[in-house]
Amino acid sequence: MMLRRCLSVLVLLVGLNGVAMAQEGLRDPRDPWEKFNRGVYAFNDAADTYVLKPVAETYVAVTPLPARTWVANFLGNFGDTWIAFNNLLQGKFGDAASDVGRILVNSTVGILGTFDVASEMGLEKHDEDFGQTLAVWGVGGGPFVEVPLFGPRTLRDGAALFVDKYVDPFRIIDRVAVRNTMAGMQIVSDRSFLLGAETVLDNAALDKYAYRRDFYLKRRTYLIYDGNPPRDDEEE
Amino acid sequence: MKGLSMKFLKACVALLATVSLSVSANDLAPDALIKQVSDEVLQIVRNDKAIQAGDMKRISEVVDSKMLPNVNFQRMTSLAVGRDWRTATPQQQADLSAEFKTLLIRSYAGALSNYRDQQIVFKPFKMKPEETDVLVRTEVRQPGAQPVAIDYNVMKMPEGWKIYDVAVAGVSLVTNYRDEFGREIRANGIDGLIKTLRDKNRSAEQAKK
Repeated sequence: MMLRRCLSVLVLLVGLNGVAMAQEGLRDPRDPWEKFNRGVYAFNDAADTYVLKPVAETYVAVTPLPARTWVANFLGNFGDTWIAFNNLLQGKFGDAASDVGRILVNSTVGILGTFDVASEMGLEKHDEDFGQTLAVWGVGGGPFVEVPLFGPRTLRDGAALFVDKYVDPFRIIDRVAVRNTMAGMQIVSDRSFLLGAETVLDNAALDKYAYRRDFYLKRRTYLIYDGNPPRDDEEE
Repeated sequence: MKGLSMKFLKACVALLATVSLSVSANDLAPDALIKQVSDEVLQIVRNDKAIQAGDMKRISEVVDSKMLPNVNFQRMTSLAVGRDWRTATPQQQADLSAEFKTLLIRSYAGALSNYRDQQIVFKPFKMKPEETDVLVRTEVRQPGAQPVAIDYNVMKMPEGWKIYDVAVAGVSLVTNYRDEFGREIRANGIDGLIKTLRDKNRSAEQAKK
């Protein structure tokens, strides 16, 4: 019953978005599949509102902050292995060495990764994934795609997502149940630190879909250039 | 009698303190200015139950009195609008600035009401004495989450340093509007954009009530 109601809301949202698009009649060259993407966006937004966000809110309500920090650090310690490997693939050997250092320090002194001692020692956590590696290798971003349940991506980063998930560092763990629990915890933990972001989006955006897409595309460029993207200063 | 003169003395001291504060704000270096403003705002947010409960009116008051004097909204809006800014009449420019200001204050206020356990760290800042346009880099740290970079573009003006752009996680909150505003202007002209902004602000205003 609940499911059916959700579905009808979805169908309605997708339909409304189609109408809005036809009225605008303007296309963004980076987003040739906008109509389809807006449909997926409506689905993702509903999935977040009715499932992920409430779960993350419950998680925050029942778990004190120190415990949430331990969880995030513990999971992040696994993630550092994949970050280190991507830095290696991008030829950033210094960063890769620092990532390996982080894993060693946090797994031991940081008690199985629950304390991020390495950050306090000045070994900064990096943000890398296979999409960024492909970009450094010269693969262009391609059109924008809204991936169901995963959100905004470029075509390149959407494809790289499969690699990121396939080589998931959690695979080190043999027990499927434990591994899946950790993957689920990762999603909830990541979302819990973004609670409140949707209000900001509501307030700031004229068109939430476009605002988030533009933000995502700029953010990716920033990450690919490790925080020093070339300035695109259009004339005022 | 004694109590009264004490009160008078205290009032004088308070008055002096505010006067000297507003004078010194003008002479502050850009990084010190940002630090002072953010310290003041966060201090208020931490101690104000109404703000923590999401009282938008109260938050807007704080933003109005503490942030606005240090922001160059004219330049901020011109950056958000991009090249169409020059073709706008002075009246359109004034309208755009006013509506954009309302939009940004509301977004900023919404972000502030979510402020909980974060800590703001200032990155080392260096500038040459002749520089008039600088970047102040800060980082918001939150236990268990990756730090988020918040960078302020600050420009020198006759009355002191003013913020004209803020980038969160590497994305300028001002130029992120450029594509969207550009589409709106191409479809409905500058007046169309002003109307869209006005409608958005009005509907948010009504949603609050």
